[in-house]
Amino acid sequence: MTELNKLGLAQARDLLRDKQTTSTELTQACLGAIDAAGALNAFVHHTPEIALERAAAADARLQAGGDVPAMCGLPIGIKDLFCTKGVPSQAASNILAGFRPEYESTVSQNLADAGAVMLGKLNMDEFAMGSSNETSAYGNAVNPWRRKGADTALTPGGSSGGSAAAVAADLCLAATGTDTGGSIRQPAAFTGTVGIKPTYGRCSRWGVVAFASSLDQAGPMTKSVRDAAIMLEAMCSYDPKDSTSANLAVPNFEAALSGDIRGKKIGIPKEYRMDAMPDEIEKLWADGTAMLKDAGAQIVDISLPHTKYALPAYYVIAPAEASSNLARYDGVRYGHRAKLEAGDGITEMYEKTRAEGFGAEVQRRVMIGTYVLSAGFYDAYYNRARRVRTLIKKDFDDVFAAGIDCILTPATPSAAFGLGEMVDADPIQMYLNDVFTVTVNLAGLPGIAVPTGTDSAGLPLGLQLIGRPWEEAELLSSAYALEQAAGFVAKPDKWW
Amino acid sequence: MSIDESTAARVAKLARIKVEPEALPALAQEFNTILGFIEQLAEVDIEGVEPMTSVTPQSLTRRADVVADGDQQAAVLSNAPDTREGFFAVPKVVE
Repeated sequence: MTELNKLGLAQARDLLRDKQTTSTELTQACLGAIDAAGALNAFVHHTPEIALERAAAADARLQAGGDVPAMCGLPIGIKDLFCTKGVPSQAASNILAGFRPEYESTVSQNLADAGAVMLGKLNMDEFAMGSSNETSAYGNAVNPWRRKGADTALTPGGSSGGSAAAVAADLCLAATGTDTGGSIRQPAAFTGTVGIKPTYGRCSRWGVVAFASSLDQAGPMTKSVRDAAIMLEAMCSYDPKDSTSANLAVPNFEAALSGDIRGKKIGIPKEYRMDAMPDEIEKLWADGTAMLKDAGAQIVDISLPHTKYALPAYYVIAPAEASSNLARYDGVRYGHRAKLEAGDGITEMYEKTRAEGFGAEVQRRVMIGTYVLSAGFYDAYYNRARRVRTLIKKDFDDVFAAGIDCILTPATPSAAFGLGEMVDADPIQMYLNDVFTVTVNLAGLPGIAVPTGTDSAGLPLGLQLIGRPWEEAELLSSAYALEQAAGFVAKPDKWW
Repeated sequence: MSIDESTAARVAKLARIKVEPEALPALAQEFNTILGFIEQLAEVDIEGVEPMTSVTPQSLTRRADVVADGDQQAAVLSNAPDTREGFFAVPKVVE
């Protein structure tokens, strides 16, 4: 048998049910892999005691036979953005140093209820603000992939960089991520893994540290589309504790994976063909289009005319919501409080606490958000951006109304770049990483990144499929067809 | 629209983030870069378009206005940097 930590969820589940292995064995294999992978800096809080306890409980359940839940005994990692009871949950920020929640996020509770085994907490960009995992208070997570013949340390992407690195390096069978502008799909593309952001409202946001509440969604990061279907179903639920949670039945996503896309209309949006798009991305997209066509889909050229304005609208709306959400970090109720000088009052306490606790990118976004919401600029920036958002969503509504089932685009404008490579670039250069993914958050749609090829340096590249709202089942089935056709099986060479 | 140092200082104050005076020129420069990028939105014809309030067409669900949770003082205070007699404690607010 292959090393147990290298299995995906579906394979491990089947072995558990056939009594070929145990959850304890799977969990120990992952804990061993995690201990040997300090160089990746993916796991930042280790919870082996919780893991082995849950594994033993899962084994007892499996031993007893009968119906066991979907994720029973499967070891996974949890992004640090999810509050986990009694376990540090810092959103990779110094301002939440020492914070141990008294409660469990709905999504991580759903996974625990489904029998999943939590191995620990995963690195990420601070408050999920970043595209390279370089804004983390824990330091950079490192991509297990390297360029052929080079030892340059590459970014695993962000913000769910630790999750992507951990799944790609087989430290866990799968991981949770969250996605506000591309934070699941971009790191998945950079690491040759699968990541899906469901329709806004599918996964409860309760207990997930808030960044931009109208855009944030949780989703799984996995080794295959089938695993994504299994784990997404376990994560989703209607939750009265999240006022935007959708009161809709969650389908059996795995059962819907026919991979039959004959007659489906796949839209290719011309606005995603950016100026100066690298040839490799252009070719990846054309190859993916050809694969879907060969599988029987009908390819349709479409237009999403407001695409160009998605990133600027996002960089008004997301910071505005962040400035409001992050106002709660004031040194009073949890986390860091600055040491005060004699005579300092409460305003100095707020200002010093937030200056010490927030990193540079978080401070920048909070202040941009404060500016666009301030008197005199609210209409010019914030309300204008919300109007543009209406138009961006309408672009998608129009193509779906015209019969398009799915939209195929590149996931990222490049392969993974080197850690530190963007240090001197202005913030906009980093923001451009999300150019293909951010529209999906603004429109509240489901989107999935699937690895379909490599660049000339041997690094993975991914394509994105965008689905109709609430039609994750159909989207996953189309992604399954793309995955089957692409046959991407490459893994990073182990150097860590 | 250009942001000068005094505007940057005002924004920092509104955001309750202490920024040292020597850091203000670079901060103002960064704001200008980002706002220059955002400025593209001015090209879009938004005449008659409503600002989005909810991305999925659903109204917020209501529930009965009753206490559903509570009696958790110890849990609520457990992560606070400073507490006294069952309250959050902060520096003196009123002279």
